[in-house]
Amino acid sequence: MSDVQRFLDRLNERSEARRGEPTWIAARRQAGAARFEAMGFPDRRVEEWKYTDVRAISRTDFQLTGSAEFSQASAAALTLPLDAHRLTFVDGVFSSALSDLSELPGGVQVQPLSQALEENHEAVGGPLGRLTGVEFSAFSALNTAFFEEGALVRLAPGTVVDKPIVLQFLSRANEAPVMSHPRILIEAGGRSQATVIEHHVGEEGAANFTNLVEEVMLDRGANLTHYKLVESPEQDLHVASIHVEQCRDAQFTSFNITLGGGLVRNDLVSDLNGQGAEVTFNGLFYGQNRQHVDNHTLANHNAPHTFSHENYKGILDDRAHGVFNGKVIVKRDSQKIEADQSNANLLLSDRAQIDTKPELEIYADDVKCSHGATTGQLDEEAVFALRTRGLDEATARGLLTLAFAGEVMDQVNLDAVSERVELTVAGKLPERFHLAGLVEAAVALNED
Amino acid sequence: MLEVKDLHVTVEGSEILKGLTLSIQPGEVHAIMGPNGAGKSTLSAVIAGKDGYEVTAGSITFEGKDVLEMEIEERAQAGLLLGFQYPVEIPGVKNIYLLKAALNAQREARGEGEIPAPEFMKLIKEKVSFMKMDNSFLQRAVNEGFSGGEKKRNEILQMLVLQPKLAMLDEIDSGLDIDAMKVVADGVNSLRSEDRGILLVTHYQRLLDYIVPDHVHVLVNGRIVKSGGAELAHELESRGYDWVVEEPAA
Amino acid sequence: MASQEMEQLVRREYKEGFVTDIESDTIPPGLDEDTIAFISKKKGEPQWMLDWRLDAYHQWLKMTAPSWAHLDYPPIDYQAISYFSAPKREEDKPQSLDEVDPKLLETYEKLGIPLHERAALAGVAVDAVFDSVSVTTTFKDKLAEAGVIFCSISEAIRDYPELVKQYLGTVVPTSDNYFAALNSAVFTDGSFVFVPEGVTCPMELSTYFRINAANTGQFERTLIVCEKEAQVSYLEGCTAPMRDENQLHAAVVELVALEDASIKYSTVQNWYPGDEDGKGGIYNFVTKRGDCRGDRSHISWTQVETGSAITWKYPSCILRGKDSIGEFYSVAVTNGRQQADTGTKMIHLGEGSKSTIVSKGISAGRSNQSYRGLVKVGPRAKGARNFTQCDSLLIGDTCGAHTFPYQEIGNSTATVEHEATTSKIGEDQLFYCQSRGISEEDAVNMIVNGFCKDVFQELPMEFAVEAEALLNVTLEGAVG
Repeated sequence: MSDVQRFLDRLNERSEARRGEPTWIAARRQAGAARFEAMGFPDRRVEEWKYTDVRAISRTDFQLTGSAEFSQASAAALTLPLDAHRLTFVDGVFSSALSDLSELPGGVQVQPLSQALEENHEAVGGPLGRLTGVEFSAFSALNTAFFEEGALVRLAPGTVVDKPIVLQFLSRANEAPVMSHPRILIEAGGRSQATVIEHHVGEEGAANFTNLVEEVMLDRGANLTHYKLVESPEQDLHVASIHVEQCRDAQFTSFNITLGGGLVRNDLVSDLNGQGAEVTFNGLFYGQNRQHVDNHTLANHNAPHTFSHENYKGILDDRAHGVFNGKVIVKRDSQKIEADQSNANLLLSDRAQIDTKPELEIYADDVKCSHGATTGQLDEEAVFALRTRGLDEATARGLLTLAFAGEVMDQVNLDAVSERVELTVAGKLPERFHLAGLVEAAVALNED
Repeated sequence: MLEVKDLHVTVEGSEILKGLTLSIQPGEVHAIMGPNGAGKSTLSAVIAGKDGYEVTAGSITFEGKDVLEMEIEERAQAGLLLGFQYPVEIPGVKNIYLLKAALNAQREARGEGEIPAPEFMKLIKEKVSFMKMDNSFLQRAVNEGFSGGEKKRNEILQMLVLQPKLAMLDEIDSGLDIDAMKVVADGVNSLRSEDRGILLVTHYQRLLDYIVPDHVHVLVNGRIVKSGGAELAHELESRGYDWVVEEPAA
Repeated sequence: MASQEMEQLVRREYKEGFVTDIESDTIPPGLDEDTIAFISKKKGEPQWMLDWRLDAYHQWLKMTAPSWAHLDYPPIDYQAISYFSAPKREEDKPQSLDEVDPKLLETYEKLGIPLHERAALAGVAVDAVFDSVSVTTTFKDKLAEAGVIFCSISEAIRDYPELVKQYLGTVVPTSDNYFAALNSAVFTDGSFVFVPEGVTCPMELSTYFRINAANTGQFERTLIVCEKEAQVSYLEGCTAPMRDENQLHAAVVELVALEDASIKYSTVQNWYPGDEDGKGGIYNFVTKRGDCRGDRSHISWTQVETGSAITWKYPSCILRGKDSIGEFYSVAVTNGRQQADTGTKMIHLGEGSKSTIVSKGISAGRSNQSYRGLVKVGPRAKGARNFTQCDSLLIGDTCGAHTFPYQEIGNSTATVEHEATTSKIGEDQLFYCQSRGISEEDAVNMIVNGFCKDVFQELPMEFAVEAEALLNVTLEGAVG
């Protein structure tokens, strides 16, 4: 049996549960399955997947699960220590026990997708799939064929959400690996403002496959800060595409941080459709052992006076493999564009590999676009300066490596997130850098 | 404590220091003055261990140990600390990390354990307020986006925390307005003690009104051509450097 | 008298180029094994060369044309192309400059091309350009004295078969890519340069080439080998507009630099770009690659690309030797409906290898231009360094400028930096110049030439001046 067929066969298991689904969903599932069958899993001849081998996914027989069991205690250890509105999914299945929506203010709708569909499927069916269909990739087609659960976030115009909204995805150490195909829909009304944190984390030994598709619609002047923090165990597999539509003056700030997962592929696409819209893609990835992290971003400047910024940093150790592809497209007649892109990488081992490609495709002339990509060494002058203060060379290099990651995290104004990331990065850095204790102590002092 | 004997230093093939001799005892404040290009900054850079300086003859010893044989950080751990003329910006490395790591490295070298966190915090806060700096300073990256005055204050702050045996301050007054200079000078004066040496390198006499040296040396063309007390600095201020060059070396 | 002698000489050579028992000078369009056998026989090639060509042809049959480039052109019918045609007979050529299209002469004037070269470039019969030919004979003597072999590739196959066998296809294998395979099967001529150990070629191989390479044909094959400590500077093409009845051009250039050798290869490409609608322009699919085989070897590519309707070209360096150096300096200008997808590959295999890439792209009119580059650092290339600067300038709002730089880094001691900018000529810059009394067109020329300065200074001196003039001519009418 082909890999593709084996995946599609799993659809039959759910046919009973899906009886009575609205016809539009059934039709999309069919279209998704057909498209997935036609495309098959991408191989390296597909430019977008040139550096990423997905056989770890395609060759595994992932099962579907309906259980959201997870111990409260181990969930608590994984959860970000944040006062937040929280939805939790266990292997893609909604867990009301681990969720907390008790203090949801007026004008804010945060719901598991299944519940939103049940209440008013037409209100979901309109926007869902508007920004991305089954054409984007084999994985988005696969998601469309399988999706059942996920999250819906709606903000009424003018709403400012006080606390971050956390969408937590827990991965379990199952006997047999399972797959989930979450779907997230965020609709932010005019001038609304919120922070959404998508947090992927799991039990030691979890080896599941998450295939996520997310759509974010930002109406005029809406302002969304979006975190995607992947801290999954090293056998977990993760593919996600996030599609953003920005109307006039809408702001989208992304922090895409990957510290875990065996294979992680993120696609972030923003359509800057209205004047004054601005997107900022911040990213940090840290790969160890045989981790593979692939980030693709795309800023589509479809309107004049739109702005995009990008700053991605990667640190790779052992045999880890990092891929970065940042693309900016300026459409004809989209004048007065400013786009800047930067990707910097540090390799800590000779067996680590980085493949990076910052791309510009420009069809208008009144533009200021720049990009840079560097892979290289720490600043020797800074190493010297630290050594003149008595730090040995290893510690100096360790601190500078931490600082390298910190340049992205400096933009984060949620201490729970930035400290978690800083501690994790410090903990991951090789022992030879002598950082143990230093960062913990400094974080503790900070709280003093 | 610091003995520099007949030091010859070459940078990119040309000789900058041509037989410099200098001796500093604990408790003394020495000022090295001289016109531009005399080799003032070269001296402190060589003592700190910067790359690209070739010592072709002579020696530097600190408390009897051969400084030129020591690693950069060993010099600092031994208590030889350089305050830079142009402190380098280190994006992303927080001041507090630097201070803590440096202090612990020094303690470790002396066989002491890590400083307990509360003690460290108390020390830091005290020194920060002494330098009339804000606590937020500690969370900022080393020198990044600092004004010229802030950078110099930061250098002195590090000295106050690390308590070197010999503090070398390279043109610490350059680019400072009078208020900032007073703060910096107060910091340096608070470092003065019986068991600590201080070496000031400066082009202008102005700084020496605030930090009165015990010894003043005039460095011209790679050699110390004249030494004297604090009054020598005033003489240089009013008469310039030319007369020293013309007079036979004392 | 002298001219008659010359004519006879030329005719004799012309005869010698062909095997007498084949009567026809051209063959009908189409490509099969017979076509290749015909070409090989016409060239009087040995069997091994024919086998090599046929092997390439069989590889080609299994390949498909690349589609990844940012180019848009109708499919090429390879059976509609004629793969061999003899050069024009002398009597069919213009007999003097008076018979040449005055517009062409005007362009030569604008470009500042030396008088004695104009006739040769315009294809005037050889006896009319006798002077310049005698100049080239002097060059030949000088080269021979130094021990440098410089001849057509056909002559080299005949006279130096062992050298050709040793190096041909070792940098660009026959199966390297679709167009290289095609070239290997059907190449008609090109140049061969061999500089023996320790020899510095006594002259730039430029002036000579400009005069003699007027009819190199559509499938050119060039091989340059520098032995240990040898050096050569080679200049291909010329700034004068080159017209050719053959629309498809697929050249292959191979450079081999052994220990401490240095090759500098400069190109000025100004093929016919087509009419206003882009019709009739040349399709230029070129494979150029240098192999820094020896330690401390050095290969430098400099190119000024202004012509062709379609350009597909990535002069590359394989930095195999320890501390070897690769360089790529490029100015590409597109106007009208031109499309260019060009760039370079720097493959770092040797320890301490270094590469520099400076690419300046100028797009005007309705043209589209892409920079496509690859910097690859292998695990053994300790301390490898690359610096890439890649700038695009847009003139007008109907053109496109694209950048696709690939970096594949597998070594923690490598330092690889890529910087790119895309911008238009600043209004304030134009205003500043104009307020100093400079016309808008001159101001644009000044700014564009300033933008390209880093590359022009890599060109041989007399060519840099022409290249500047060429840019101005190419951009005529792009503003206002």
